Amino acid sequence: MIHPIPPGTRDILPDEMRELRRLHLALIEVFEDRGYGEVTTPAIEYDEVLARGDGRTADSAYRFFDERGDLLALRSDMTVPIARLVASRFADAEGPLRFCYLANAFRAVRPQRGQMREFAQAGVELIGAPAPTGTVEVIEVLEGALDAAGLDRAVIGLGDADLFRQLLAELGVEGDERNTILSRLATHDLVGLEQELSRAGIGAKQVDTCVALSQLRGGREVLDEARKIGGTAVERATARIGETFEALEARGAAERVQVDLGLLRDLGYYSGAILEVYDPALGHVLGGGGRYDSLLERFGVDLPAAGFALYLERVHVAKLEEESRRGAPS
Amino acid sequence: MNVEVAGTAAAKPDGPLKLAVPRGALLGDTLNVLDAAGVDTTAVRGESRALIFPGEEITLVTMRPSDVPTYVEAGAADVGITGKDVLLEQSDRMVYELLDLDYGRCRMVLAGRRGDERLGEAQRRLGMMRIATKYPRIAERHFESTGRQIETIEVKGSVELAPLIGLADGIVDLVATGRTLEENDLEVREEIVECTARFVANRVAHKLRAEEIDDLTAKLREATAR
Repeated sequence: MIHPIPPGTRDILPDEMRELRRLHLALIEVFEDRGYGEVTTPAIEYDEVLARGDGRTADSAYRFFDERGDLLALRSDMTVPIARLVASRFADAEGPLRFCYLANAFRAVRPQRGQMREFAQAGVELIGAPAPTGTVEVIEVLEGALDAAGLDRAVIGLGDADLFRQLLAELGVEGDERNTILSRLATHDLVGLEQELSRAGIGAKQVDTCVALSQLRGGREVLDEARKIGGTAVERATARIGETFEALEARGAAERVQVDLGLLRDLGYYSGAILEVYDPALGHVLGGGGRYDSLLERFGVDLPAAGFALYLERVHVAKLEEESRRGAPS
Repeated sequence: MNVEVAGTAAAKPDGPLKLAVPRGALLGDTLNVLDAAGVDTTAVRGESRALIFPGEEITLVTMRPSDVPTYVEAGAADVGITGKDVLLEQSDRMVYELLDLDYGRCRMVLAGRRGDERLGEAQRRLGMMRIATKYPRIAERHFESTGRQIETIEVKGSVELAPLIGLADGIVDLVATGRTLEENDLEVREEIVECTARFVANRVAHKLRAEEIDDLTAKLREATAR
């Protein structure tokens, strides 16, 4: 007899589980070696507490009442629960704090798209270490994780979450108009972006500048190209990215980092550096992260923070692809 | 292929760029624009029934326009060309829309029977219209944003049939010249959006094959410059 399970969930059978477990262990070993202690938090939390972290999207798709009538929610990532944990238990601890996790999170899916409602994430949170040193450390841990997974072709995109927010403010675009433009940028709808910018009353030349800026990605030369464009917002963002990139270069850790001024992640809590991870073997993003220096403040502890999360199953698929590619005669 | 120089391997994914080419109404103009951009399309123009046409730098993959976002989102194709109507209908597909190619121009419209007041009448009396369409999401979004309720009836074939024999009060459909509407005694009541062909890219390919994709975008922009 067939008993269905909800779309976007799955059973994992022994062969795959064995490989996944090996990958789990390899990643956690990298994290632990660098001083990141593993934590687990409950899969269900009070909705009110999760919404405090990310009120804009209130990402948790699954909410329900418990026997007392309290509204509970399934976590949609681990960053917000760990911010909650730090505020409740480590508010007075000597920083910086280092935590890692391997946990399942839950998000809404669109039907028939092969998206997962329940997925495993492996990641770290570094709390109390400001930019750029904290960001550099997180990127180095991420590189260690990608090496441990055998993804030697993976690339880390490094951008700045504040660039376009500040640039639009500089151009006098505020409120709804600004949010519409930012959402066009986040989905990289360049045709729509151009239309919205013109609609906001920005001159043709500045529209071209914004669009060109969003397409700047590559090595450090990208920063020079951006600086030519000028303006306070661009100056500040390129200085922030440049500082991080130079520190990585000095440590010989910049080789797989791609500067990307068009990077914009849609999670509400990012500020400053943002990261995304790609591997040529997979058409989807493997993971991401960045800085969220104001997230902890929402929980009553004013500490800078940064981190990343990798989608474990995607990393596993990319790992298998890379292995079969390496094994295949060229 | 697969030649790796230490240190550059990470930035150089292997093989030619895969470009999804829409079959059907957009095919002719697409091939002309690709020719003008320096992409060899001779093989696609031939009699071959093949679906994949390998090239030195770019491999062309032909498919239905509505499949283009699916293949590009998954990264099975790195870049592609399809209509804005398809992108609007599948707006939850995560593809980067890089360029308006400015051909294949047509309009998404609401149409009803000529001189027939059923559309307005249904709206007034029932507060609701029955709309037949191949684009249920575009239709629903349009009526929602204009504060009206509709019952969408999704059909696959000739939509014009629906109001003629009483399945629906009106239709939402793509119109190029308007001849089909005219011949079926239908007329445009509202214009929803104008659609043209668009150049799209996979998110990861856009990052990892930046140079090739930027280069192709620039050539296409030049080829379609007004």
